[in-house]
This record gives sequence, structure tokens and C-alpha cells, in this order.
Amino acid sequence: MQLPDAEILFKSLAKKIRSDGGKDFALVGIHTGGVWLAERLHQELGIAQPLGTLDVSFYRDDFDKIGLHSQVKPSEIPFEVEGVNIILVDDVLHTGRTIRAAINELFDYGRPASISLATLVDRGGRELPIAAQYIGIALELPVDKMLELKREESGKLSLNLYDKCLPE
Amino acid sequence: MKIHIKNGRLIDPKQGVDTIQDIFIAKGKIIATGTAPNEFQPSRVIDAESLIVCPGLVDLSVRLREPGLEYKATLESEMEAAVAGGVTSFACPPDTDPPLDEPGLVEMLKHRAKNLNQAHVYPIGALTQGLRGERLTEMAELNDAGCVVFGQPDGLLPNLRVLMQAMRYASTFGFSVWLRPQEISLTNDGVAHDGEVATRLGLPTVPVCAETIAISNIILLAKETGVRVHLCRISSAEGLTMVRAAKQQGLPMTCDVTINHLHLSDMDIGFFDSNCHLMPPLRGLSDRNALRNGLLDGTIDAICSDHAPVDEDAKLLPFGQSEIGATGVELLLPLTLKWGNEMRLPLLKVLAKITSDPAEILGIDAGHLSVGSAADICIFDPGYYWKVTASAILSQGKNTPFMGMELPGGVKYTLVNGHIVYER
Amino acid sequence: MINRNPQLDENGVLQHLLTTEGLPASILLHILDTAESFVGVTERDVKKIPLLRGKSIFNLFFEPSTRTRTTFEIAAKRLSADVINLNIAVSAQSKGETLLDTVNNLSAMNADMFIVRHTQSGAAHLIAKHVRSDIHVINAGDGSHAHPTQALLDMFTIRRYKRDFHNLRVAIVGDILHSRVARSQIHALTTLGVPEVRVIAPKTLLPRMVERLGVHVYHDMAKGLKDVDVVMMLRLQNERMKGANLPSPEEFFKYYGLTPEKLSLARRDAIVMHPGPMNRGVEIDSAVADGKQSVILPQVTFGIAVRMAVMSILAGNQV
Repeated sequence: MQLPDAEILFKSLAKKIRSDGGKDFALVGIHTGGVWLAERLHQELGIAQPLGTLDVSFYRDDFDKIGLHSQVKPSEIPFEVEGVNIILVDDVLHTGRTIRAAINELFDYGRPASISLATLVDRGGRELPIAAQYIGIALELPVDKMLELKREESGKLSLNLYDKCLPE
Repeated sequence: MKIHIKNGRLIDPKQGVDTIQDIFIAKGKIIATGTAPNEFQPSRVIDAESLIVCPGLVDLSVRLREPGLEYKATLESEMEAAVAGGVTSFACPPDTDPPLDEPGLVEMLKHRAKNLNQAHVYPIGALTQGLRGERLTEMAELNDAGCVVFGQPDGLLPNLRVLMQAMRYASTFGFSVWLRPQEISLTNDGVAHDGEVATRLGLPTVPVCAETIAISNIILLAKETGVRVHLCRISSAEGLTMVRAAKQQGLPMTCDVTINHLHLSDMDIGFFDSNCHLMPPLRGLSDRNALRNGLLDGTIDAICSDHAPVDEDAKLLPFGQSEIGATGVELLLPLTLKWGNEMRLPLLKVLAKITSDPAEILGIDAGHLSVGSAADICIFDPGYYWKVTASAILSQGKNTPFMGMELPGGVKYTLVNGHIVYER
Repeated sequence: MINRNPQLDENGVLQHLLTTEGLPASILLHILDTAESFVGVTERDVKKIPLLRGKSIFNLFFEPSTRTRTTFEIAAKRLSADVINLNIAVSAQSKGETLLDTVNNLSAMNADMFIVRHTQSGAAHLIAKHVRSDIHVINAGDGSHAHPTQALLDMFTIRRYKRDFHNLRVAIVGDILHSRVARSQIHALTTLGVPEVRVIAPKTLLPRMVERLGVHVYHDMAKGLKDVDVVMMLRLQNERMKGANLPSPEEFFKYYGLTPEKLSLARRDAIVMHPGPMNRGVEIDSAVADGKQSVILPQVTFGIAVRMAVMSILAGNQV
């Protein structure tokens, strides 16, 4: 199946966030694809607040099933969360569980004024009442496929579709 | 009961015999070998085709755990284990509770053992009261009660003054003294050989010099007192060198090694295997190899099982807190054969180390198949390999570093005084 | 008989942490990497994460140690686990209950993990061997054998300050003979590729054949500290300060205590470590302990993160 060009989706996502008005907000990317996007958005939109990153491994709800991710990266929120408007950035929005974990983790840093969500692709299949405010594109995908963002050495972003490896 | 053992390969180290020959038994004694005596009507014929018929084994150290320690093992269980291992005579160390330091205790043990009609039991009398190394025991009285030799095979050595006097006193009556050479002040709380393994595992150690210093003291005191000394459980190459030199000087000294030290080294402790918590500790590989060769060249006179059944709970403890010892009376033959196989030795020479040689050390008329002697006989299949498992061992102690291994030598029949006391 | 490494399952996955010996560098590095993420957590306002919510972790201390027990307790609580502290030295053991009885009783209380401290070398191995297969065991110090989490936090600290293990000279100073910390440090350092590990001690405090562990032996601080990048001091137990091991703490300090003068022989950017608690004026001079090169307090902080990492990884490695 033909996947859309990630670079074009990115441009469109950036445009939607910008057109929403010059609200003062901070960006927080979710490892790994969300951080790439957030870095690009941070530059493109000229955000004053430093960029935050989250690795939600410690907040996942499937720890008992799959254990700890083999490469956990540190979460870094280099600004005071208290009272700040935050846009969470992730590459693909699917079940909503990752976002649930990210929101929980953010609250352990402080009480933000608001959290909204930006995602490059919304592929549906939600298992929690979570919605994105900024979406690059909404796609219908077969449930047995996994969609992942890739970054080349040049920094160019692309989307890739895999067969889902089911846990044994 | 008259028994005819036919077609067996008869090996009698004492007489240098290794040939296919029949044996005829009557009234508890061997009455003929080769051709049957006139009008011999056996009530039982044992076909020993492809089996080896040898003297019943003599083990220099088997603990029955009686009196006092019946939770580890009982006289019944261990006597059965002994004959299942082909052992027909053994010495039992005085480290019971209370120790064998009074004639009454020894008589009781002898009496109880005799009633079972199994192997001959030879108690080792305690050299000092309570094995505490302070006061001499009534050795002459103990001898009357049945102690053939005296020692501290497992208690540590008394101080040198007491030891010297004890040796003098024993020599007055012509008794041998059996000592395990280990200097107490160098033992401290040690549980392992002072080598790389203990360094890795952080275990407190017993250095080799604890043995060599003790051997040196014992040799000098033996010269001083003129007593016949048997060194129990030698463990190190250096100790062996000292014994060799003493023997060359003509000192009447003998020594033994355990089946464990003959095959294992400190490496076998692995990840704190408490079955390898033995005393003296398993030493380095070079020590083990020296012991194997020392046995070959005659520096070491005999192999013993150092049988020490331990209850399971006492081994399910951290290495240093676990109880010392391994079960072994049923492994004496297999592990001796294994040594012989690995060294490519003739069985005649191998079997001497567990029959005629230990009998001589113990000073008993056993360990040979001469016509007219008591019919103490072991019949085994040298080509039969069996796996050491808890259920394969009759001893109440299931603690051995050899658990799970395949070993050669299956005992088929054991005869004591012409009675079949074990058969399978 | 040689068994497989009792810390790993048949797929080489870590099930227990008993010693640093025999673990592949990849597992040690995974623990250190994971700990990096936990350092961030410990610096936040809310220092707690929900990872081990609902898990029961038992601190089984057969040898009292408030300090070590507390670091494990904090680590477990920050992971939202339920922590139960048991000082068994005084209670059950004196009533004739065996070590394994105690462990079996606690297993029946739905334990998920045991943190074990014991005076006897091999105690944690024994428990790991006999415990129900879904329970993980962490050795918090057994006799003179091993103290793997201490060694790992030391490795974490070294990596923080020196970045790469492959070009370091490290000296371990003091009572090597009785030290579980030293043994675990030596195995961790050599596994992680440190090319030169030295031990410095009088002969009474060195085990036999210690060089077989891959270390160079020194008896003289001036020679041993020359050009080292890391100085790891060990604690000298009170009972060993005088007697058959050493004549006096004063003489030990004079020849083996770390003073600014002796430290000046090491590289100028050398760091000084100590597992604590320190005997000031016995193994280390206050001027060094509180000096610029000391990383003793950061060690304590990192210790929490490293223990969180070990617990999380083990809890996630299901059988």
C-alpha cells in the first residue's frame, strides 16, 4: 500500500499548529519518533521554551507482559511544567495507551495549564478516550500492521509499514 | 550353609591371585578354592560368570552416627549401606555423641552391630576424653571392650604435650594412633582450600601449611615416642612429600586418602555446592593429581570412603554453615575402580587399596581369600555402570558430590562369615 | 558438576543478581543504561513511578545494615513496590528455623523479589537455587563473596566521570581479603574492559592468588596510586583494625590511608570513591573524603538509580 510522504505530512502538521494562534506553549516529544518530530517542530515554529522529551517505558501498562524495554532513554523536561501549556508530540496515534502513560509522567513533573496532542498519523483503533488536536493525516490501516516513523541520516523522515510481531 | 561360587574371576591381592577359580564355603569359612573338596554338597551355588570375586572391602572410616546422632543415620541404615557397597569390615571414628571414650559405649556399639549380623565393626577409640585433647582415655580398657586403634581422626589435634603423652601411652600397649593432620590454630573458621576458588567465592580458608605443619609435628613425635602412626585423610601434595620422606627413613607410618579427594578438587565447589564441604578441604588440581600418583607409588596405603551421612537440612545451608562430610560407603568400590580405570592399573593392584592394605593398617585378619579364613567376600560386576541417585543409595545420607554421576562397579553379592548379607 | 550460571535462565536472561562474576558486559551495560533514566526520575519533584505497582519486595537482612537496607527500600518505593523489611538475625533463626524455612514462608506470602544480605558467602546463591521460580533474588552482600549492586553503582559513577572504561587505570585499596565489594568491583571492571586494575594492601589483607582475578598487586601506595584515574577505597571493619591482621588503625592509616599527599600521585583528574560508611582517619583522610576529587556523595545518589534499574529489569524478566 502506498504510504503518504512524511515530509509533506510534517509541513501540514506544523502549519496547523502555527495557524492555531501564537499561544505560548512548550513542546514535549515522545521517544523515539515523537522526539524527531518535536525537534523539527521546535525549530520550524521557533519555540522559546526548551524542548522536552519523554520515554514512557516506566509508565507503560504492559510491563507485566513484556518487561522493561531494552533501551530506555532518559526523560528530560528542562522547564517548569507548573502552569505551562504543553503540546505532546508523537509520530503515530493508535490505542492511546502511550499517550496515557505520557500524561501520567508529565503530571509527576508538575501541573501543566493544559496538554494537547500533535501526531503525524492518526490510524484509529483507540482503546482509551484520547484524541489529538493536531493531525497530519488520518489513515485506516489493517490491525495486523505496525506503522513506524524512520529518520535517515540526512534527517529526512519517512513512514514504514511492518507486519506486527505478536508476542509469543 | 555351604556355598559354591563358580566361574568367577577370583582376585586376591594379598596372595597375588587373579584367575578364574571356584570357591567353596562351609561353616563361615573358605574351605577350598579351585576343585571342590570331597563330598561337598552346596546348599547354594552362585554363578559368578563374568563377575569378580574378591575379598570383602575394608573401609578405614565409616560413621554409623550411633550413639547420639540417629537423626542423621541409624546403625541399621548404614550397616545395610556398607554391605550394599561390598564392605565387610570397617573402622568407625569416635566422633559420635558422646564420643567413643568409655568402654560401655564401645561395648554397646559392638553388641548392637553384632546383632545385625552384617559387616564387622571396629570402633576407633577416642585418644582423649571427649575428644577434647586434654586428658587421656582408658586405652587399655577400651581395647578390652573392642577398640583396636585410637585416634582423633576428626577431632582436631590436641596440643603437642598431650599428643606426645597420648602417643607414648598408646605405644606402651602397642596400639596404633590414628591422626588427621591439621593444625588447629591455622584452621580457624576455614572451610575451603586456600586457592583461587576460595578467593573468588570469598570463603575462609584452611591453608596447606595447616596440614604440613601437623604432619611435621606428628613425624617428630612418632620418632620421639616410637608409636605406630596412621595419618588419616591426607589432602596435599606437600604433605605427601613429607610422608614419602618419612617412610623412606623407615618410620612405621601409613596414610590414607578419601574417595572424594582422589577425584575432586576445589573447582568442584562450583557455585557453593555444600556437598563439597569436606574436611580436610578439597584442594587444588595439582594436589589431587599428586594424591592419585601417591596412591600408585605406595606412599598412600589405602583408600577410604570417609563415610559421613548428613541430614538434608544440615546441607541446605550456606556453604560455611553447612555440615561437613559426604556419604560414601557405597561409592568406595566404584570410585576406586574409576581411579584404577583412569590410571590404567591392573585390578589386582587397585583392589589391594580397599582390601588387604587397609586390613593391615587396621591390624585385622581380613581382606584376603586364604583357605581357612572367614568367608568375607564381595562379588561385583566391573562393567556395570550405575547412576548415583538418592534412591540408588541405601545410606540415610544422600549427600555426595558425585550425585548424578555414572560410576562403574555393581555389587551383586556380599558375604560375611559365609552368609549372604546382600544380593541383587 | 558444573552448572549453568545460576543468575541466568536458559536463554541467558537475567533472573537473579547474585554476583558480577560471569555476567556478560551487555547485561552490565544494560543495567547502567537503564539507571541513567532513573537518575532523571530521582531528580524530579515526584520521584515515584508506577512501574512495580502491586509487587512485593522483601528486604531479608540476616546481617544488620540500616544503610544498605534503606537504599534498597527507597529504590523499591520509588518504583511503587510494596516493601517489607525483615531483620532476621534476631527473630526466626534463633528459634531453629532454617534459612530456607524462612524463605519458603515468605514466598507463601506472594513475594515477587527478595533482597538478601547475609554474613555467609553463598547465602544468596542458596536462596536463588531453592526459591520458587517466579521470585527474583538480589544479593545485597553475602559474606566476603559479592555485593553486585554496590559494584554496579561504582561502575555507573566511573562512567559518569570518565565516560569510557577502555583507557582507565583503577586502584582498589584496603582490605581486599574480607571485601565482597572488592570482589564484585574487580569482576565488573575487568568485564567492562578496564585494562589495568590494581589492588593495594598489606599481605595480610590479600587473598591467595588474587592476581588470578586479573589484577596487579601492589603493597606500596606510592607505586600503586601512580597515574591512576580512579581510586576505590574500601571500608576497614573495626574488628580487623588490630589483632592478627593489622597492628593498629594508626599504622594502617600511615601506610594505606588515602591522604592528599598520596592522592597527588594519581592523575590530576582522578576520582576518589568509597562504598561507605567511611572510617575517617583510618582508610581515608577527611581532606580527601570532602575534597574536590571525591565522588562519594554522588555514589550514594546513583546507588538508588542503579538499584531501581536492577529491580525493574529483574521484575520485567518473567520466566
